[in-house]
Amino acid sequence: MKIAVLSGKGGTGKTTVSTNLAYMMNINYVDLDVEEPNGHIFLKPQIESVKDVVIPTPKIDSEKCTLCGTCVNTCQFNALVNTGKKILVFEDLCHGCGACTLACPVGAITEYDRKIGDMSIGTFDKAKFYSGKMLLNEPMAGPIITDIKKSLPKDEDFIVDCSPGTSCNVVKALDGADYALMVTEPSKFGLHDLKLAVELVRELNIPLGIVINRANEYDHLIEGFAKEENVDIIGKIPFSKEAAKMYSEGRLLIENDEIREMFEMIKISVLDVVKEGNHAISNS
Amino acid sequence: MQLVILSGKGGTGKTTIVSCFAYLADPSSIKVDCDVDASNLHLMFNGKDIEEQAFTGSKKAIIDPNKCINCGLCSDVCRFDAIDKRESYYEVNELRCEGCNACRVVCPADAITLEEEDSGKKILTVLEDDSYLSRASLYPGADGSGKLISEIRKVSLELNKEKNKLIIIDGSPGIGCPVMSSITGVEYGLLVTEPTQSGFEDFIRAYELTKHFRVKSFVAINKYDLNYEMSEKIEEYCNEEGIKVIGKIPYDSVVNKSNFESKPLVMYNESIAGNEIKKMWDLLKIEMGV
Repeated sequence: MKIAVLSGKGGTGKTTVSTNLAYMMNINYVDLDVEEPNGHIFLKPQIESVKDVVIPTPKIDSEKCTLCGTCVNTCQFNALVNTGKKILVFEDLCHGCGACTLACPVGAITEYDRKIGDMSIGTFDKAKFYSGKMLLNEPMAGPIITDIKKSLPKDEDFIVDCSPGTSCNVVKALDGADYALMVTEPSKFGLHDLKLAVELVRELNIPLGIVINRANEYDHLIEGFAKEENVDIIGKIPFSKEAAKMYSEGRLLIENDEIREMFEMIKISVLDVVKEGNHAISNS
Repeated sequence: MQLVILSGKGGTGKTTIVSCFAYLADPSSIKVDCDVDASNLHLMFNGKDIEEQAFTGSKKAIIDPNKCINCGLCSDVCRFDAIDKRESYYEVNELRCEGCNACRVVCPADAITLEEEDSGKKILTVLEDDSYLSRASLYPGADGSGKLISEIRKVSLELNKEKNKLIIIDGSPGIGCPVMSSITGVEYGLLVTEPTQSGFEDFIRAYELTKHFRVKSFVAINKYDLNYEMSEKIEEYCNEEGIKVIGKIPYDSVVNKSNFESKPLVMYNESIAGNEIKKMWDLLKIEMGV
């Protein structure tokens, strides 16, 4: 079971929902918001190992290179430039696809592993913790997300904390999820971005449910949309200064009994849908 | 002159603050919403879209099933697991394909082409005060936000050929490609943070990035009164780094009302946060010399 937590808008409470749910359900947590990973603040894991995340990057052997420019024409990311004397590699534009290496007619290109981030692996309470972190001044989060997903144990359950937005990085994190938990806030910004996120999840055919965080007198904004779109609101975490304070200190909100109850309900709703899905598949 | 508002962490109040600046700034100023996959600034204004242009950000491979000889070489070289085997041919998984060209290079049957993909649109909006807002909307799941951001910033620079106007840029969360694209060549930055452990950590990463890009940055601590201790920690850090904390905005429930009514917070005289943002804007103008 893979539960992806996403939002569209940033700062609505993805990490709050992911970490509290993971802790309560005793299920593995993976932080794929690799530009700004925060899950460790709340789960306080024991980190057991840190692994480099690398992408293969071309290196041009100037003795073999004939300056024919095939590599430059092949690269779709403008990562190679022919100065007439030399092929320059703009490493941070390279997607590590290997197309230039394949295209070079004289075998002048080899690849080396370039570090763009790292992955921490550890444990919290009774479950595993994975977190990716992109190096500063690196532009591409995508390869880190893909790499971490590949190294997760195949048959275990996970809560996947995605990055904000609805771009390709979120798609990479969502790929293969059994359920998408959409965390939003009752504001026009929250609603606008939730709509985009719902559109994306629907396109991927993933079952979904909405959690309203910092619920207040404007919840009807989200409720109206949910009704129209026929999406269940499976939980509401009311705004309180106490919860905000707990969050600010890096504490889990389920320390508070009322909020814990809310998370219990979210858990039941998610499991209901995921199990029903499994059932349907095994019957077919 | 260009000013970018950033945060690292999402949801710290960037757009709320930018909408106030946009309201307070001289109508000659140009606004750019660089948060292209969750653009919200236009929601705070009654603007009129005067131009819309399609944006093609990336390419996708397409395999012609009639030409495909089912050899599987494309699938072998694809590093994004984007090519699936079907019964008698191979097929591209569009969501995974990065349009890198590797499959086309190796295909012995010439069955693969790369085609440009419609990834979103660029929009030019005129606000109530006749000022321009250059913005975009990236289609959900699309690639190429960095390129799209460069393009909408280019629109703002073209509107400022005499270089005498202020350009106010609403950034996106994070520190990756879209953020780099939003801050390249920008003179001034306002980093909006909040007194939480997450906000603080993310702020440091965003600040490091602005430093690398030589953006002169100032700091605003939003909802500073939710955790005084953490606010102090942030201020201490800023002092050590020599960055000026230019505003400390209190928690204020009027923010919810202002958002719901789609009116910038500074329009509410009773808003304590709005008043602080006003003060901050005046200070920023002095710092920027505008």
